[in-house]
Parts: sequence; structure tokens; C-alpha cells
Amino acid sequence: MATAIDPIAFAELQASAGADFVRELIDTFLEEAPPMLAELREALAGARAEPFRRAAHSLKSNASTFGAATLAAMARDLELQGFAAATPAALAALAQQYAAAAAELKALRDA
Amino acid sequence: MHETHRGPARLLVADDNKVNRLLLTRSLELQGHSVASAPNGRVALEMLRDGGFDLLLLDMEMPEMNGFEVLEQLAADRALRDLPVIVTSSLEGLGNVVRCIELGAEDYLAKPVNAVLLKARIGASLEKKRLRDQQKELVRRFATSEVAQDLQQSGFALAGRRVRGTVMFCDIRDFTALVESQPPEETIELLNTFYTLMFDAISGNGGVVNQMIGDGLMAIFGAPLPLADHAGAAVRAALEMIELIELLGSERAEAGRAPIRIGIGVATGEMVAGYTGTQQRATYTCIGDTVNLAARLEAHTKVALRAILVDAETRAELGDRIATEALGSVAFRGKALPVEVFAVPCGAPVADPSGG
Repeated sequence: MATAIDPIAFAELQASAGADFVRELIDTFLEEAPPMLAELREALAGARAEPFRRAAHSLKSNASTFGAATLAAMARDLELQGFAAATPAALAALAQQYAAAAAELKALRDA
Repeated sequence: MHETHRGPARLLVADDNKVNRLLLTRSLELQGHSVASAPNGRVALEMLRDGGFDLLLLDMEMPEMNGFEVLEQLAADRALRDLPVIVTSSLEGLGNVVRCIELGAEDYLAKPVNAVLLKARIGASLEKKRLRDQQKELVRRFATSEVAQDLQQSGFALAGRRVRGTVMFCDIRDFTALVESQPPEETIELLNTFYTLMFDAISGNGGVVNQMIGDGLMAIFGAPLPLADHAGAAVRAALEMIELIELLGSERAEAGRAPIRIGIGVATGEMVAGYTGTQQRATYTCIGDTVNLAARLEAHTKVALRAILVDAETRAELGDRIATEALGSVAFRGKALPVEVFAVPCGAPVADPSGG
């Protein structure tokens, strides 16, 4: 059951940018997002608040582009609350949600 | 109402995030524009200084040089301070939006950017730039009599003279959101009603509408025909316009439609007035600092959250006849010194966009 990507938001993206282009854009996101997740973990470990906020901000922004609403909401919480919300468990949940969104995006890309 | 001069423009996208950058570039190319991109503010500024760009789409969160720094640098650069900037950001908080507008950004679009909204805002920004370029060009032409003579021989009639008058700018707030909320026929009907009401209030007070810009207009009081109390007439017209818009709003509310709000900027002073254009289609217009200030005041209504803003000269001419409220000094882009801003209280305060 695909639930990580909002089908309406994704269809709108395809309609406005073109399906072929969206395929390339998914590839870019799949390349760019893992370093953002790594940056979140490293910034948390190193207690660097600004890089943490910025990585959360970027992830939120890209997730909402593809209609990954849950992922975007989780990243937004981290952006706004910073280390207050950044438990290792929260980051693990974020990584899990990213994995679900990435899997759906790959399926959509190859559809 | 409709401008046909909108050819492809050369745009620069500044965004450190690759997905955002590619997507925005793609959307703009699909709209027929020529697009270049920069991964941070420093590179963007270098590209802008090399010249040739009509508009900048600027992300705020960027390494090396962020969007706020870019806006500050642009405002301090004579060659670039009139470049229209549309901020595209998912920055949280209304305070950031206000800060961008205060730093001279033309507009603010939240990410992910809606393609229809993007198109409308770019069209409006380019149109405003075209108008500003035209004004600058006219100022340059007025500067030498040889050029003016040359223009007359080539079919232009330009009889510029210095006059003292009052200029008004007005536009519909959140027009693009309104457009998206209703069918196109309704928008056209709304615009027709809007212009009819505004023309009525303006000409009823002795003013002349000389430009229609998208969803807004520019009016002159005191030229081409002298008007004894041009500042008072302009402010009375502004108050009538707000009243009429409120009436229109309650009519629309009864029909279950969204309300409409306008912002009005009024400035008084000296300007150069004259006819411009071809012999077939001459437009009477005014140029100069007063015109620029009125436009800035109108834009500032969004920030000040007041429907009518006037400058110190207009306020002084009003005397005790119409109450005003001092809002302090504001630094406008393109103005060397901060400008005193006054609000004219009226029935319809511009609602806080955050809903507060």
C-alpha cells in the first residue's frame, strides 16, 4: 500500500514539469537526500545547530516537492524544534520514512 | 488591462538545493524564458554583475552568501538596485517574509512554488521593470533637447514640463490567489467592475488614470490640467475607493465569494509630465521621484498592513482636514534617505496575512 507519496501532489508535479523531467528529478533527489540525512546525524552528534536546521530545511523543501507529506512534516518538526526534537529515535524514524518515500518514488519513476 | 509586451525574459535562479534549482529552472523554461542558475548567493551576484538579467529568483537559505545578504548587496549596487527579485523560500515565519520585502524583494513565493502563481508573479514583476526602464529612458531623453527634437521629427510628441501634482498607485491584494479561486470569466468581470469603480472615484475627484498595470493602476492629480487641491483630491479619491471596494466585498460575500482588498500609495511633489508614445496612441504620463515614491508606498501597504499610505508632502497639504497617523520613517529601495510614512485611517484595514 503506497502511502508515503501523496498521489495528487505527485500528479501535479508531473503535469507542471513533465513526466520525463520528473524521472530525472527523482534521481537527483535520491542522490541528494542521503547526504542530508547523514548531515542531520553528524550535526546532531557534533551539536552544530545551524547545519542541523539547514539540512532539515532542505529535506522538508524537497520532500514537499514530491508530495512526501509525512517526510516533509517530520523534517519540518526538526527544522523548527532543532535539537529539542532530535532524538536518535526521531532521526531513525525520519530515515525509515525516507526509505518508504524513496521506494515509492522509484516505483513511480519506473512505472 | 492586458499587456502584450511580454517576450521571453532572461532569468537567474539562485538556489543551493539541486532539486529546487532544477525544478524551478524547468518551470521557467516551460514558460518560455531563458534561464541560468547559481548554487549560492555569491555566484548569483557575480553573474548578475556581468549583466543581462531581467529578474532574479532568490532562495534565502544558501551557503557562502545567503539571500538576505544578496538583497542587501543588490540594494547597495546602483546598477542592480532596480532588478526585480522574487524570493522563493520555505523559510518559516511571517517575519522573514516581511524582512525580504523590506530589503527590496518584489515578491515572496512559498515553496514548493505553484507554477500558475509563479507565472503570474513573474509577469507582474517584468511588467513593473519594463515600466521603470521606460521611465528611466524618458528621464534620459528629457535631459537633452537634441534628443527631444529628434524624437519629434521621428513622430513622437514629447512635451515634458515640470508640474507639481499628486500621484497615486493602487492594486488588488492577493490578486493571483483570487484568480485561482474562481473561473476566468469571473475574474474578468471582477476586473471590469474594479476599474469602473476606481475610475469613478478618481475622475470624480479630478484625477486622471494614466496607466493600468495588471491588477492595478496609476493616477495623476494636478496634471495635465492644474487642480487646486491635488493632494486632498487624491486622498479623498483613495477613501472613496476603499469604501467602494468594501461595498463590492459585501456584495461578493453575499454571493459566497472571497472578499477583495486593495492597497493605495499617494505621493505629492514635482514631476515631469508629458505625452509619450506614437501619434496613434499617445499616453499622458508623469515621471520622477514622486511617481517612484507613490509606487513604493503602495507596495509598502503590504508590510504596514494599512490600506492607504501617503508621504509627508501629501500629509502637509492635507492639514487638519483629513486625519493621518505617523508610522515613522521607512528606507525604500532606490531612495537615499528614509522616508516618513503616514497612514490614512479608513474603514478597511488590510488584514494581517497570518490571520492575526
